[in-house]
Amino acid sequence: MLSRVADSLYWMSRYFERADHCARVLEANYNLLLNPSKLSTEERWHRIMASLGIAATASGIDPQMAMIKLTSDPDDESSIVSCIAESRENAGQVREQISSEMWERLNRLYHQVTQANATLETDSDPLRLVTAVREGAYQFHGVTAATMNHGEGWHFIQLGKYMERSCALPVLLDAYFSAAGKADYLDWVGLLASCAAFESYCKVYTADLKPESMAEFLLLNPEFPYSVRYAVERMCAAIAAISETSFTKAAGRIERVAGRLRASLAYVQIADIMRGGLHRYLDSVIEQCNDLHAAVHVVYIDYPIQSALEA
Amino acid sequence: MSMPAQSADHPMPAPFSDYEIAAAYDEMFLARGRPRPHYRNLYTQLLNLPSEELHRSKKEADLAFFNQGITFTVYGRAEGTEQIFPHDLLPRIVTSSEWATIERGLTQRITALNLFLADVYHEGRILKDRVIPGEIIYTCRHFRRQMHGVKVPRDVYVSVAGTDLIRLPDGRFVVLEDNLRVPSGVSYMLTSRKVMKQIFPALFRKCGVRPIEQYSQALFSTLRSLSPEGRSTIVLLTPGIYNSAYFEHAFLARQMGIELVEGRDLVVHDNAVYMRTTSGLQRVDVIYRRVDDDFVDPLAFRADSSLGVAGLFNAYRAGNVVLANALGTGVADDKAIYSYVPKIIRYYLGEDAIVDNVETFLMTDRAQREHVCGNLEKYVVKAVGESGGYGMLIGPHSSHEQRSEFRDKILADPRNYIAQPTLMLSAAPCFMNGRVEPRHVDLRPYVLFGEKVTIVPGGLTRVALRKGSLVVNSSQGGGSKDTWVLQN
Repeated sequence: MLSRVADSLYWMSRYFERADHCARVLEANYNLLLNPSKLSTEERWHRIMASLGIAATASGIDPQMAMIKLTSDPDDESSIVSCIAESRENAGQVREQISSEMWERLNRLYHQVTQANATLETDSDPLRLVTAVREGAYQFHGVTAATMNHGEGWHFIQLGKYMERSCALPVLLDAYFSAAGKADYLDWVGLLASCAAFESYCKVYTADLKPESMAEFLLLNPEFPYSVRYAVERMCAAIAAISETSFTKAAGRIERVAGRLRASLAYVQIADIMRGGLHRYLDSVIEQCNDLHAAVHVVYIDYPIQSALEA
Repeated sequence: MSMPAQSADHPMPAPFSDYEIAAAYDEMFLARGRPRPHYRNLYTQLLNLPSEELHRSKKEADLAFFNQGITFTVYGRAEGTEQIFPHDLLPRIVTSSEWATIERGLTQRITALNLFLADVYHEGRILKDRVIPGEIIYTCRHFRRQMHGVKVPRDVYVSVAGTDLIRLPDGRFVVLEDNLRVPSGVSYMLTSRKVMKQIFPALFRKCGVRPIEQYSQALFSTLRSLSPEGRSTIVLLTPGIYNSAYFEHAFLARQMGIELVEGRDLVVHDNAVYMRTTSGLQRVDVIYRRVDDDFVDPLAFRADSSLGVAGLFNAYRAGNVVLANALGTGVADDKAIYSYVPKIIRYYLGEDAIVDNVETFLMTDRAQREHVCGNLEKYVVKAVGESGGYGMLIGPHSSHEQRSEFRDKILADPRNYIAQPTLMLSAAPCFMNGRVEPRHVDLRPYVLFGEKVTIVPGGLTRVALRKGSLVVNSSQGGGSKDTWVLQN
C-alpha cells in the first residue's frame, strides 16, 4: 500500500474519532449544565474545554455561544465541523480505497454539519446537531466494518481510531480528576456519559460512583470500548496485523513501544496508579501514545530513503 | 446551400416533430421521415416508446452517472464545483464500413506521427529534406529540446492518442485535432456504455454493437509492451484530486489494477524511480503519466511544479523508467504542424492520408494571414498549443471587438495562431426535454500504440448541447453520448 494512502486513511479515521468524541462530550455535558452545582457554570464549561484538550478562552463564557462555536465554527480547528471536514478531506484523497458506502455516509454527515452552521437558531439546535454527529458516527463505523476489506487499509483506519481514543481519554480523565474534590454526583455522571459509560459502569460497580472505581473502569477495563486499555489493545492488534502484511524489518521498533504501553495497562493496579499520582500516569500514557504515533510515521509513512534502500 | 428534400406532406411523427434537418450532415436521417438504414432500429424504438418511458430512462441514466460519481471539475469556479458530465440518452451509430475507414486512417496516422517524432528528436531528416520548415518545429511551445537523442522503447512516443474527428456535410470523416499529450475522456466512453446497456438492452440485442469493454485491458497490454524485459511495475501518475480528470485517473488505475500515484509518492535514487509503500520503496518501471510535460520534473522543466518528481527526467533519459506518452509529443499535435500531417504521412509511409485534414491556414504565411485577417467573420481562429476549446475565436458568432482583438493577437504572434473555415459538424439526434432534436457532434476514438495499434470500436461522441452551437468541449457546455459501432 502506498504510504500516502495509509497516512490519509489513518488521519481520516483520527479526525473522525475526534469529532465523535467532541460530540459525545458536549452532548453529555450540555444538559448537565442546566442543573445547579457547587461549581459555577463558567468553571464547569472550562472543565468541558479542558476535557477536550482545548485551552480555555477568556472569562465570561456564554455556554450556548461556546457550544455553537465548538460544534459548527469552521474557523475553529477543534470544532466538530472542522474535524469532519478534515476527515472528509483525507477520505477524498483516497476515495478509491474506501467503499462508496463509507464515502457516502461521511459525505452526508459533512453536508449535515456544514449546513447546520447557518441554521442554529433555537436553544436546542446545537444539541440536535451533536446527537446527529454521534449517530452518524455509529453508522460510519458500522458501514466501515461491513463494507470494506479488512486488509491493510482497514487496519490503518483502526489504528487511527484507537490512537485518537487512547490520546483523548487520558485528557478527559485528567480534567475531571484534577479538581475531583469539588465534583458532585452529577459531575461524575457527566464524566461517565462523556464515554457512553454510565450503564456499563453500573453493571460492574453499581450506581455507586466512586472516583477510584471510575478511574479504574475508564483506564483499565479490558472489555469496555471507551477504556484506555481496550483502545490500546485494539491499537496493538492493528499494529500487529499491519506488520504482518508489510514485511518491514523496522516494524519491531513499533511493536516494542506498543508492547510496553500495553503491558503497563494490563498489569498495573489502580491503587498503585493513585498512589503514584493519576496525573503523572495519564501523562505517561499520552507520551507513550505520541511515541507510538511517531514510530508508525517513521516506519511506514515518512521513512528516510537511505534506510529503505539498505533494508 | 443545398437543402435535403423537405416536404410538408411528411410531417415527422412525435417525438420527432421538432426535428429539423439542416445543412449539416444528419447522422440519422436521409430526409424527413426517412432514417438511414443503420438507424432504423433506434428510430422504431423511439416511435414506439411512450415519452414518459424516455423520461424515465433519462432520469435513470442521470442517476446512474451521479451515483458512480462521474463528474468533472470546471476550472475558474470555486474549488470543488463538481458537475455530472451531461449525457445524452440516444446512441450515435457508426456503420462497420465507416468504422473500417476510420480505423485504417487512424492507424496510418499514429504510425506516421510516431515516425515523425522519432525523426524530429533524432536525425531530423524531414527538416533536412525541407518537407517541414525547421523553424516551425523549434518555435513550437511543446518542442522539448531535452528529448533530443533520447531513445524511447520501441520508438513509441505516442502510445495513447485521442483523435478528434468531425463529419463534413458530404459525409466524410476528417481529423480536426490530434491529441497526443495526455488525452482524456475514455472513462466517459466506458461508463456511458455500461449505463446504456442497463437502459436499452433490447436495442443492443437487435443492433449488434461491437464491444469496447476491453479498453482497460488493451491499455494495460500497451503499457506492458513498453516495459523492460522481466520488470513490469506499472503505475498511473495523476496530478491529484483537484485535477479535472481525477475521476478518470482513479477509474483507469482501478480497472487495470495498478497503483494510482502522485508525484509525492515517487522518489528517484541513483536514476531509478521508486514509490513509497508501507513495505518500503518499490521500483517503478512504467509510468502512465497524466501530468503534462511541464510538470513532470521540476529539475528538468518547470521549477515551480510540485506535481512532479525531482530527477525523473534523468531516470527516464538513462532508460530506467518508461513514460507513456513520451515527453515532447506535443510537437506533433501543435495546430500549425497539424497542417503538415498529410505531408508527414506521405513522407514516411509513401501513402495518401486515408482520413483527411481540415483545410488550415498558417498565420506565419503572409498571403494566408492577410486573407484570413480580412475575412475573420468566416473563420475559426485557434491558438496552436491550446486545447479544450480555450483560446479560440469563432468568426461567425463573434463580435466586432472580439475580431479586432484576435486580429491584433495574430499580428503580434503569427506563429501562435491558425485559422480554419467554419465547419458544419454533423448533427445527431439527442433527447432534449421530451423531444428528439438534432445537435452537432464530433467523435474522439482512442488509439493505443505499443506492440501493435489497437483502437476499440467506438469512442467519445461529444455533443454541443446548446441548439445551433458548434462547440462540443465539456468545459464549454458540451456533453457526451455513447457511440455504437455496428458489427455489420
